[in-house]
Amino acid sequence: MLKIFLKKQLKSPQGVLNLDISFDVKEGEFVTLFGKSGSGKTTILRMIAGLTCPDEGTIEVGGHVWFDSQKKINFAVQQRAIGFVFQDYNLFPHMSVQENLEFALVSRDDQRLIDELLSLAHLASLKNRNAQTLSGGEKQRVAIVRALIRRPKILLLDEPLAALDEELRFKLQDDMLALTKRLAVTTICVTHDLSEVFKLSERIFLLDGGRITKSGAPAQLFGNQSISGKFKFIGEILEIKKSDIVNILTIQIGRNLTKVVATDEEIKDLRVGEKVIVSAKAFNPIILKYAP
Amino acid sequence: MPYDFEPLGLTFKLAALTTIILFLIGVPLAYWLTLTRSKIKYVLETIVSMPLVLPPTVLGFYLLIAFSPRSALGNFLETSFDIRLAFTFTGILIGSIIFSLPFMVNPIKAGLENLPGSLAEAAYTLGKSKSQTLFKVLLPNIRSSILAAVVMTFAHTLGEFGVVLMIGGNIPHVTQVASIAIYSEVEAMNYRGAHFYSLVLIAVSFFILLAVHWINRKQIKVF
Repeated sequence: MLKIFLKKQLKSPQGVLNLDISFDVKEGEFVTLFGKSGSGKTTILRMIAGLTCPDEGTIEVGGHVWFDSQKKINFAVQQRAIGFVFQDYNLFPHMSVQENLEFALVSRDDQRLIDELLSLAHLASLKNRNAQTLSGGEKQRVAIVRALIRRPKILLLDEPLAALDEELRFKLQDDMLALTKRLAVTTICVTHDLSEVFKLSERIFLLDGGRITKSGAPAQLFGNQSISGKFKFIGEILEIKKSDIVNILTIQIGRNLTKVVATDEEIKDLRVGEKVIVSAKAFNPIILKYAP
Repeated sequence: MPYDFEPLGLTFKLAALTTIILFLIGVPLAYWLTLTRSKIKYVLETIVSMPLVLPPTVLGFYLLIAFSPRSALGNFLETSFDIRLAFTFTGILIGSIIFSLPFMVNPIKAGLENLPGSLAEAAYTLGKSKSQTLFKVLLPNIRSSILAAVVMTFAHTLGEFGVVLMIGGNIPHVTQVASIAIYSEVEAMNYRGAHFYSLVLIAVSFFILLAVHWINRKQIKVF
C-alpha cells in the first residue's frame, strides 16, 4: 500500500542528523514511528505529506508515485490524499466546529459523513461551538475528524495525544480507533511516548539516529515473547533505590505507582525515565471484592 | 463668508480611493512578501518602507518630473492614452498610493507573519490552494491588522501635504485638498478658513483613531 524510502539531512542546534529510512505499510494498518524528540519523526510525516521536501527518495501510495527524486516527481500537498493531524491541532480559530469540517469537504454530498463522524467521536453536541472554546481533548477529536472528511488514503498523526493528560489519552484512543477503522484508513503515527498509542499500534518502528533500528508488533518489540505472564504492563521508572542486597524500583504504570524488587543484574541497563515492561509469570493472583 | 467644502470633499475622495486601491494592491503584495524566498524580497520591503523616512517633497519632486509631459513616461501617457498626471487628480492619487504604501502593506504583512505557519499548512493538507487559504483562513484571522492598515492609510492620506503640493499644485476644485487649502488660507491671512479646515481634520483624525483603538484594544500594530 505505502512504500517509503527517504533521505534528508537535518540541521539542528544539536548537530547534523542524516535521516535515512525506508518502510512499508499495509492497507488499513496502524503503524507508529517511535523515537526521542529531535529524532526526525515529524520531518518524516511532513515529507510524506509534501510539506517538506526530501533530499532523495521515493514515496509510493497504492501504486501512485507521489515523490520520486530521480524522476523528478513531486506532488504538491494538495494533490496528495492525506489527512494530517498536527501536534497543536491547528483548528481554524475563526470557524465553528461544523465550519472547520465543512471547510474540508470535497463535495457537498459528504455532509452526512460529517454528522456520522461527529457522533462517532462524541462531538455532535459541540457542532456549533467556536473552535477556540473547545478543550484539548475536544480539539484533538475535531482535528482527527477534519483530517478524515476528505477520505484520505493515509492519515498522518503527529503526537496526537501529547498535549492531553493520561486519563483522557486512554479514553481518546478508543475514539481514534473507532474513527480510523470506520474509514479503514492507513495510519502513520509518530510519538515519543508510546503509552500514547500503544493500544492502537499494530506495528511499531523504532527510530534512532535517523534510522529505523527495530520494528515489530508492540508486544514483540518491547517484551520477550517467551514471557507467558498473565500480567504485563508498560511503565516508566521513576526511581531506582539501592536497599541492602536488592534494588527497589518505583514504576509508574498508568496512573498507579508500584514498587518492584530487582537484582543488580536486572537493573544494569535501566535508568530513571526509561520504559519497562513489568510482568509476572506463574503465580496465582488473589482477587478480592473492591470496596473503596 | 460661507465656507468652501470642496477641499474637504476632495480630501475624502482622495483618501477613500487611495485606501481602496491600496487595499487591492497591498494584500497580494504583503502575502507575496511573506511567502517568497526570493532575494529581491528585502529590496522590495525596503522600497515599500521608503516613504516612511523620505521627505514627501523628494517623492513628489521625482514623481512630478516623471509625470511631466517632457519626460518619457509623461510624454508616452499623454500621446498614447491622452492621460495627463502632472497637476491632475489622477496624478495626486498615484502619488498618494505610493506614499501610503507602507501604511497598508506593513500591518498586513506583520499580521500574516504572526500567524502560525502551520495554520496555512493545515489548509493545504485539506486540499486548499494558496488563494483559497489566503481568503478563507489567513485574512479572516488578521482582521484587526487589516482594520489597522485600512484606517491608517485613510488617516495618513487625509494629512498628506508635500506629495500633493508637488504633483498637484494648488488648483481649486482639482488638486486643492484640505491640507493645501489651509496653507493657502494662511498665506492669504484668512485664519478663519484655516481654522475651519484644521478643526475638521483634527476632529476626523481623532475619531478615526479613537475608533481603531477601541475596536483593537488587544492588538495594536506598531510600525
